[in-house]
Order: sequence, then structure tokens, then C-alpha cells
Amino acid sequence: MLKHTPLNATHRELGAKMVDFGGWDMPVNYGSQIEEHHTVRSGCGLFDVSHMLPLDIRGANVRAFLRRLVANNVDKLQVSGKALYSCMLNEAGGVIDDLIIYFMDESWFRLVVNAGTAEKDLAWMEKQNADWGMGLTLTPRRDLAMIAIQGPDATRVLNEALPGVDQITGNLKPFNAAAMGEMFIARTGYTGEDGFEVMVLAKSAPFFWKALMEAGGKPIGLGARDTLRLEAGMNLYGQDMDETTSPLESGLAWTVDLKTERDFVGRKALESSEVTKQLAGLLLLDKGVLRSHQKVLTKNGDGEVTSGTFSPTMQQSIALARIPLGIAPGEEVEVEIRDKKLKAKVVKYPFVRNGKVLI
Amino acid sequence: MSIPADLKYTPSHEWVRVEADGTLTVGITHHAQDLLGDMVFIENPAAGRTLAKGEECAVVESVKAATDVYAPVAGEVIAANGDVEASPESVNQDAYAAWMFKMKPANPADVNELLDAAAYQKLVESEAH
Repeated sequence: MLKHTPLNATHRELGAKMVDFGGWDMPVNYGSQIEEHHTVRSGCGLFDVSHMLPLDIRGANVRAFLRRLVANNVDKLQVSGKALYSCMLNEAGGVIDDLIIYFMDESWFRLVVNAGTAEKDLAWMEKQNADWGMGLTLTPRRDLAMIAIQGPDATRVLNEALPGVDQITGNLKPFNAAAMGEMFIARTGYTGEDGFEVMVLAKSAPFFWKALMEAGGKPIGLGARDTLRLEAGMNLYGQDMDETTSPLESGLAWTVDLKTERDFVGRKALESSEVTKQLAGLLLLDKGVLRSHQKVLTKNGDGEVTSGTFSPTMQQSIALARIPLGIAPGEEVEVEIRDKKLKAKVVKYPFVRNGKVLI
Repeated sequence: MSIPADLKYTPSHEWVRVEADGTLTVGITHHAQDLLGDMVFIENPAAGRTLAKGEECAVVESVKAATDVYAPVAGEVIAANGDVEASPESVNQDAYAAWMFKMKPANPADVNELLDAAAYQKLVESEAH
């Protein structure tokens, strides 16, 4: 039995093509995935991301708990509403999940974790909570729906759908959030465009979604969500990193705080293991489409495509690939696609941000 | 969308038109393109290539996935459609107009083994459940 978000009936009314997405019945597109992709780069797209799990952690020790739990440093969060992207590591330094942490007050932090890892994450956190004697309360918020409003027109659409909300959106800086009763508005996203991720009570979600559509927001499926995030150079858990990969070999070193003395789970393993690989961007020079698990041949040894697709913005195939160190942007490598070896160029990613091609 | 009655079909979602001169025009069905989504890359077999029945002979890739196209019968490729390679989205726009390649069957009677429109319709319906 597939799980449904509070917007399931809405997607079906809109004629979405529904797929089994890690146990969730989700819209992959509402027609053309490529058109949806362009809509987000040029206008405003709406995504149902209610399969992801908001998780409230409350208690006196919540900051101390998170200092130890995650690889990034929650002490960077000092202003209420500020968000932090981080990996949660196991003792071996592998990535249990990547998540966003919002600091609300000293006794309340909100986390948003991936759908496919939610149960595992929660069990892990509860275990640490008990082992470390933190006495915190972890509350999964399945009573909330989450809608992402993304694109250059996102602010206008949100303001029009929710009259008065401009008092919040007008002052909200990127990677910050504000709570208004049970409504939670964050200036975050997974597309490389300006926009918001808004949590509302599940029962209000269909009405809110309709208001956003009436204001000009267009429904976007998870298909376009993947091409958008890949153009934006954002990692996808389970593809670009997982429990067996180090964040330092997954393009996530910038999220691992090793500058302070803070002891966090996985730190010892990270510091004692040698980094031999890197996550690099690839641009396919020949015709074809890069896909995950294709072999990458470099002068320093083999690597593997972790995420690949056809970029609708660039009209060319792009990928993230884990390849040996010492291969610099600008160098050419080969990718095995079926029975052929095709040429690709190593590039610095992101590929696209705010509607502009950066390569 | 209706399944054209004048075409033949394979269980792997190719359509086949038997031309007046006995040659075959091959493409992928509307149902196939609908499953795959927006097409972004097509690679056809070269003219002159000899194909066994069921041989992987072309590739279509959508944003979502890559899939092989199989020879509906044994024969020789006599033409490939460069237009669909240049504009893969034409397969999404009209799958039955956007032919991929033409072939000369080794044995003209082989086309009788292909599915007719009614049988293909049944197959599509059974896959939907």
C-alpha cells in the first residue's frame, strides 16, 4: 500500500502521472517534464514535498544534542529562523542522511529529513537521545504538508495566494524561516532558484495549493525536481552519497565542520581516512545521456556517474560523478555508455543558478 | 489516444507499417512514449545493417530513462530517420508520424506474427493493471 500525501487527490484531479516514489504515490509530471522544468527557471512552480518529514526536537539540551549528532556546526545558528544544511553521519563517517536544521529557540529546533530515510533517521536520533541522556522529545510532524514554491516569480505568487504574508516574505533572507502559528515559511529550495518551502497543516494543504495555482503557480512533478536540482548541483541522498560514502568524497566537505574541537559522530573516522575521490561535474561532449552507475574512465583510474540527466536548460547531458582526485575542471574523461566510450568534460558545478547557465 | 487500426505492433511497443512495396516502417507507440516522457536522444540503426528478430537496434532516451528498440522481424535496415534524431520530441508530439527506421523483411510473411491493433490494445490495458 503506497503512502499518500494530503495533496494526493489534488494531483489526480490535475491529471498527474503518479509513480511509486520510495513507497509514496507521487506525481512524476503533470504533462511535460521539460516544460515544467522551464516553468521553474522562468516563472513559478509548485511542488508537493510532503513526503519529506519535518521533525521537531524540543528540550533544554537540543543544541548540545545537535552539536554531537550532525557534521555541520549548529553553533552557526544564532538567529531564530536560521537554517543549516548538514549530513548526519554514522560512526564510520558514512552519511545516514542529509537534512536541514532550523533553529527556532534554545528549546526548539526543527529538522527536515528525506522521505526514504525518515524512519531510520528517527530511530538513530532516538537511540542517541537515550544513549547520551539528553531527555529530548522528538516529534515527527506527519500532520504537516510541505509545498515548495520555486522560481523567479515565487515571491509574487506566495504573496498573492496569502494576502499579508509579504510582511514575512519581504524580510526573509535566503536560508531563513519564520513560523506563524502552525504555518512555517522557509526561504529554501532544491532548484537553484529563489523560492520558499512552506509547511501548513495537512488539512489546509489542498486549499493552499489551489490558491497558489490561482495566483499563477504551476504544478511541477518530481521528474523536473530531479533535473532542476542536478542543474543546481545539489546532491541527492541515495545517489550521490549514502551510508557507505564519506561526505568528503561527495562534494560535501563544505558542510563538515572540522575547524572547531567539537566531537561529533563520524568525526574520528573522517579524520583517520584518506580522501582519494571527489565529486565532479561532467558535461557530455558527445551525443547521449549520462546516467547513474555509468563508468567514468580517467587518467587516474575509474570513477562512476552518481547522478546524470539531460539538462533542459543547457540542452546537453550533465552529471555528477565520483572520480579520483587530481582530475581538474577542463580535463576530458570518457564515459562508458552501452558499448561506446563517449567524451565528457570535467566542470565545476553548479551548472545553472537563478536561470543562468554557469558553465 | 486511439491505436491506429492499419498498423502492426510488437509486445515491446514498436509499431510497424507494411508499405505497398512490402518494406516496413518502424517506430515506437504512443503508449511507449507516454511511459517514457519527454524524449531527448534517439539513435537509429545504420542503413544496411542486418537485424535478427528481437535484436536491440535503436535507443530512445527520455529525460527519465533509456530504453532499447527491438527489430520487429528479421531483415535489413534500408533507411533511418535523421529528423527524429535531430528532434527527439517529435516522437512525443506524434508517435505514429515520427518513424524511426525502414527495413526490408527477410521473410514478408513474418509480419503476420505481429500483433494487430486489437491485440495491442489488450496488451496496453493489461499493463495498466
